[in-house]
Amino acid sequence: MVTRGTVTINVEQCKGCDLCIAACRPGVLAMSTDVNGNGYRFPLLSPGCTACRACRDVCPDYCFEVFKFDTPVEDDAGAA
Amino acid sequence: MNDSQSLLPPNRKVATALAPLQLSGEHHLCPGCGHPVAWRLLLEAISELHLENKAIGVVGHGCYTNIVQLADIDFLQCLHGRAPAVATGVKRVHPDAAVFTLQGDGDVASEGLAEILHTAARGERITAIMLNNGVFGDTGGQMTAASVVGQRTKTSLDGREPEAHGYPVPVADLIASLPGAAYVARGAVHNAGSIAKTKRYVKKAFEIAAQGDGFTFVEVLTMCPTGWFLPTADGPDYLEGTFEKTFPLGVLKGG
Amino acid sequence: MAARLLQGSDAVAQAAIAAGCRFFSGYPMLPFTDLLESMARRMAAAGGVCMNAETEIEAVNMTLGAAAAGARSATGSCGQGIALMQEAIAEAALNEVPFVVFNMARGQQDYFQATRGGGWGDYRTICLAPKDVVEAVEHTQLLFHLADQYRSPVMMYGDYLISHTYMSVEVDPIDFGPLPPKDWALDGSRGGTGRSRQIWTWAMGKANDPGPGPDLHWQRIAEKFDGVARLEQRWESKWCDDAETVIVSFGTAAPFVEQVVGELRDDGVRVGTFRPISLWPFPEKPLAEACASASRVLVFEVNAGQMIDDVRLAVAGRAPVTPLGRVSIDFSGMRQGEILTVPWIRDRVRQVIREVTV
Repeated sequence: MVTRGTVTINVEQCKGCDLCIAACRPGVLAMSTDVNGNGYRFPLLSPGCTACRACRDVCPDYCFEVFKFDTPVEDDAGAA
Repeated sequence: MNDSQSLLPPNRKVATALAPLQLSGEHHLCPGCGHPVAWRLLLEAISELHLENKAIGVVGHGCYTNIVQLADIDFLQCLHGRAPAVATGVKRVHPDAAVFTLQGDGDVASEGLAEILHTAARGERITAIMLNNGVFGDTGGQMTAASVVGQRTKTSLDGREPEAHGYPVPVADLIASLPGAAYVARGAVHNAGSIAKTKRYVKKAFEIAAQGDGFTFVEVLTMCPTGWFLPTADGPDYLEGTFEKTFPLGVLKGG
Repeated sequence: MAARLLQGSDAVAQAAIAAGCRFFSGYPMLPFTDLLESMARRMAAAGGVCMNAETEIEAVNMTLGAAAAGARSATGSCGQGIALMQEAIAEAALNEVPFVVFNMARGQQDYFQATRGGGWGDYRTICLAPKDVVEAVEHTQLLFHLADQYRSPVMMYGDYLISHTYMSVEVDPIDFGPLPPKDWALDGSRGGTGRSRQIWTWAMGKANDPGPGPDLHWQRIAEKFDGVARLEQRWESKWCDDAETVIVSFGTAAPFVEQVVGELRDDGVRVGTFRPISLWPFPEKPLAEACASASRVLVFEVNAGQMIDDVRLAVAGRAPVTPLGRVSIDFSGMRQGEILTVPWIRDRVRQVIREVTV
């Protein structure tokens, strides 16, 4: 599994709207089962992020910052 | 959970959460609302065009009004529907300023249709942005003059029905028909692609207004799952499947 | 500049420009139209803008925008047109945007509209009623000063006689003293500095600099208007010291009343006149003092009785207050009515003085 980058997620500011899940091109975002301080579920990142920033762009609550690795990482180390 | 950037393999940040002119990311709009996405692309457009200290925003009444608190721009929050008239006065006093209006479909198609059409007909060199989600969001989701046929709202629970409620006003098309309008486009914020395209429309609108070619208008379709009685995840599909049929995306005039 | 024979509307237009007005917006409606036409002729040469707006609502909101951008701005209309402007006049009172509204009314039947307003929220509007073109020229410039001083929309109550009669008048800039710079005015310059500006009736402020919010903001505005009510009362009175009868009238009706009262004085009748110049703030105490020795107070106004309410409040029951005028308009419904003549007023006063025995 190639991981080209990662994101930071402000889970407390998330309102659990799911829009990032469908927007994630490699499909490596999935909603959590537990909830944040406001009772909303929030996204979790698994390996395979391409730093394409789609999640950041669609998020109405500005939860994402996106980082691209200088060289892709070849294992699961990059996972959240 | 990732720690700070330093613990990661060598990397560079490719996207910040907030636009440069955004003071805060905290707001009270509903989960899945499209307005905050439109806010950010508008503020990104203004800073990318280096208009920070030339931009003057005139904002109407709606869920989007909250931008006035989040953006580091000279703003006037005005009466419902009157933004284009107020912006006209501002622009006539500061011809070199990048004067823009931000309104919703209720503010434009319902309350302020005369204002926007007269301002466009006069060719005022301002950029008007209309966020269109087909409901009066901040009063709980009532029908507006732009609600599409069949759209369920608090005042059309069985769906907008032409016999009783008539048809939606195609604001962008009306404006495009006016000689004073130099650029008219319609975008959306329901996916990364439409967001990028809409931001280009907004930048183009500001540039054309700055060149003095005339009135520029960008309509932005945004999701309102609350007002549409939908789960948040279904917002984008409803926008694409229903709204876009009545309000096709693209450049209607100029550019 | 030497005195010239000017139509009232043109004199007001020149006075506004002399006061620094550089934005005007209006929609035609007699007798306001002539002021709009004068501005259309004169404003460009003065380096300003005159907009022939497509609706009164747009006219007043353009003026609000221009004023929010820092220019001395004005608009105007009458009757129905002023009614359409009330929303924005109230808005500007509550988000503290200064401009002048020239209400060239079709008579005196819009006194309530001008003084009670028809907008929303706790707001008042300074309203000056000139008696003739010469005073209108002075009021025009004073109103621009008061608007900026109090950061609020203000109104002139003119009418057909102000807008359409000609008088020999000098229009020279009047200096009312210094005013603070308009650093609140929007010009875009503070964008991106962390100190960007905001004009908003809710005064919520910004995420990095929260504002007072509506409760405190509107309380402060109310206190401001309390101060204005005390400080900006203007009136004129004559022969009241020993007056047994005081006649109250405003605006262009007053010179007619003063003529009648002058004649009565010559006949030895102890009559005085009192003229509120500021319809708001109404000169309550000064009127009470002027009526101190009076045993009857008469009110002449060309309407069904509106200012009489304020007179009764001021006199507070110390003497009977009797209306002299009535509804009166010409055949067109737009100009002076038949009762605004010296003979009509003279007969009416004599009749009422007989009836309201002491």
